[in-house]
Amino acid sequence: MTLLAVDNLTVSFPTADGTVQAVRGLSFSVEAGKTLGVVGESGSGKSVSALTMLGLNPGADITGSAVFNGKELLTMNQQQLRQIRGADIAMIFQDPLSSLHPHFRVGWQIAEAIRAHTSVNKRDAKTQAVELLRLVNIPQPERRVEAYPHEMSGGMRQRVMIAMALALKPKLLIADEPTTALDATVQAQLMELLVQMQNEVGMAMIIITHDLGVIASVADEVLVMYAGRASERADARTTFFSPHHPYTRGLLGSVPSATGVVGSRLTPIIGSPPSLISVPTGCGFHPRCPFAMEMCIDDQPDLVEIPAGGHHVSACWLPPEMTGVGVAMDTARQRYASAHRGVRSSKLPGVVAAVEGATVYA
Amino acid sequence: MPDTAVDGDVLLNADEIVKHFPIKEGIFFKHQVGSVKAVDGVSLKVRRGETLGLVGETGCGKSTLARCITRLFPLTSGHLTFDGADLSKLSRSQMRPYRRGMQMIFQDPYGSLNSRRRVGSIIGDPLAIHNIASGDERKKRVQGLMEVVGLNPEHYNRFPAEFSGGQRQRIGVARALALHPKLIVCDEPVSALDVSIQAQIINLLEDLQGEFGLTYVFIAHDLAVVQHVSDRVAVMYLGKIVEVADVKDLYSTPRHPYTNALLSASVVADPDKARVRDRIILTGDVPSPINPPSGCRFHTRCPKAQAICSTEEPLLQTAAGDPAGHMTACHFPVAEGEKLASGKATILHAVEGFLAEAPS
Repeated sequence: MTLLAVDNLTVSFPTADGTVQAVRGLSFSVEAGKTLGVVGESGSGKSVSALTMLGLNPGADITGSAVFNGKELLTMNQQQLRQIRGADIAMIFQDPLSSLHPHFRVGWQIAEAIRAHTSVNKRDAKTQAVELLRLVNIPQPERRVEAYPHEMSGGMRQRVMIAMALALKPKLLIADEPTTALDATVQAQLMELLVQMQNEVGMAMIIITHDLGVIASVADEVLVMYAGRASERADARTTFFSPHHPYTRGLLGSVPSATGVVGSRLTPIIGSPPSLISVPTGCGFHPRCPFAMEMCIDDQPDLVEIPAGGHHVSACWLPPEMTGVGVAMDTARQRYASAHRGVRSSKLPGVVAAVEGATVYA
Repeated sequence: MPDTAVDGDVLLNADEIVKHFPIKEGIFFKHQVGSVKAVDGVSLKVRRGETLGLVGETGCGKSTLARCITRLFPLTSGHLTFDGADLSKLSRSQMRPYRRGMQMIFQDPYGSLNSRRRVGSIIGDPLAIHNIASGDERKKRVQGLMEVVGLNPEHYNRFPAEFSGGQRQRIGVARALALHPKLIVCDEPVSALDVSIQAQIINLLEDLQGEFGLTYVFIAHDLAVVQHVSDRVAVMYLGKIVEVADVKDLYSTPRHPYTNALLSASVVADPDKARVRDRIILTGDVPSPINPPSGCRFHTRCPKAQAICSTEEPLLQTAAGDPAGHMTACHFPVAEGEKLASGKATILHAVEGFLAEAPS
């Protein structure tokens, strides 16, 4: 069953320097009880799209639709949204320091979330808060429930956020970089907790992260975003073992051990992510892409189905059968791309770097 | 401590380094009430031309150790020899000539560059401080450095704010290279960067090492990155080194239960491996370094802990059957193929307990 369906979502922010096109036509869906992993670099629109669904982007120009459980989220008023936020859709924010209120004890903040949506009295809500802190493995929860956020370490604050999000057993949990600031051992603890909670109560999750390791360990389906658009979407194994989009390929080449051979040289993507005020024409990735062709400069590719399976769609002009990692496939891509190059595309930095066979530090 | 493994050319030798930060109380008459034992007796050797990885969780003393071996902090006790010279007791001014040989790259490319100064003068600072070059000569050398690290030399007069995170980190690298140091201590050089940019910086550091024969101490919490760049790896826990070995030995046969837990907790970017693995999940938190546990510091979280672990501190030594350079500080080193208790059950128990209590 489809729990959340986002269709052609665009979000832009008017600023003094021009309009920031944070999300440019994004569509995806999340099945009940499943996990969608969203990856991409900073500024690819991952967090903005999540915040938009919850109506947390005042001042943004929003078009498109986001249907949750049969109800349209984007046209709801604040009153209706408030009923859904926290109860049906919970969110774990990236920065646990600025997401907790510094003036209130953490126990009170958790209890408030519970009392806003259910009719329990203060004392029971407090008891539940203690139980939640115990669940997320905070030592001495009876004492910690009276602590202020500043009295806790970053890891503990993040666990408080997670406790708050799990308090009402939401149908959908959106976790925005839930473990980025945490140590590996704590990250493992919390991811295990989220997965087991998911198994027990059947909640769906959207995990937004730039850590491909986290995606590999929990996601059922992966959405790769670049410059506010979906560049590729597939189930987890397909994404890692037979990606189609050169950006996905580039991300995998940038991470040690994802490409298989330890000790081999990393193959980074040259350059840096584009400004969302002046997004490149055509395919947003073309200035950094080693396989850029003439058409990539002018025409924006749409998501098309990749026939090899794995619910795979990709937005790239390379032929759909060119999937996978490895030298042989890259050579094939290179050959196809060079046959479709013109004067302009031969001068693109990504192409020049690839032709020279050297890594260019832009 | 005997260290038979190191026959090579030792560039830096740290012997029983201790760094305690005093905790003081009182308004007019401050008196010491305790101390944060950030680094508590660490011995390690760094060989010329190698990359030594240093891993451990937040608060284990990695960064403090880095600042001790570059003598940015005075040592509480212990000895430090760098390139044959004893640096442990030198004052700030006595240290200055040695600073040319050791430089540091910091974690935060936003905080480590003065935002009000131009890039050229930031990179040229070491040359100015050590009276190496001035005027046009300095400008020429700075532009040369900018080219080496992949920055456009024409951007000499720009401010740090005009650069992206990855480019700023390149500025930090150029500044560290300015004095042709022998040793560069990289304190989490890539953790603030995007994935694709991380790879650019890692490749840059590797290239520079080959070109200038640099020695790196590479601190990171990302185990995959450390595995990729290091020749040897040291694992720290609460101010102590618990295991040190060649990178292959450490990742294939980790002996210390903490290393095992750390390795199994780090997720690899491979969906098959990431899911199959039976993770060892440590419960609880890292204890406070003000009051570290007695005996082996890891015993409060260790799945193999026994009575002796809380009373007697294990020495860092080579376990039976290990190559000479592989040293572990554990009474009960993990055998090859041995399975440690995973801790998953504890979490499942907590989840079920919670769901039984909570009203639906």
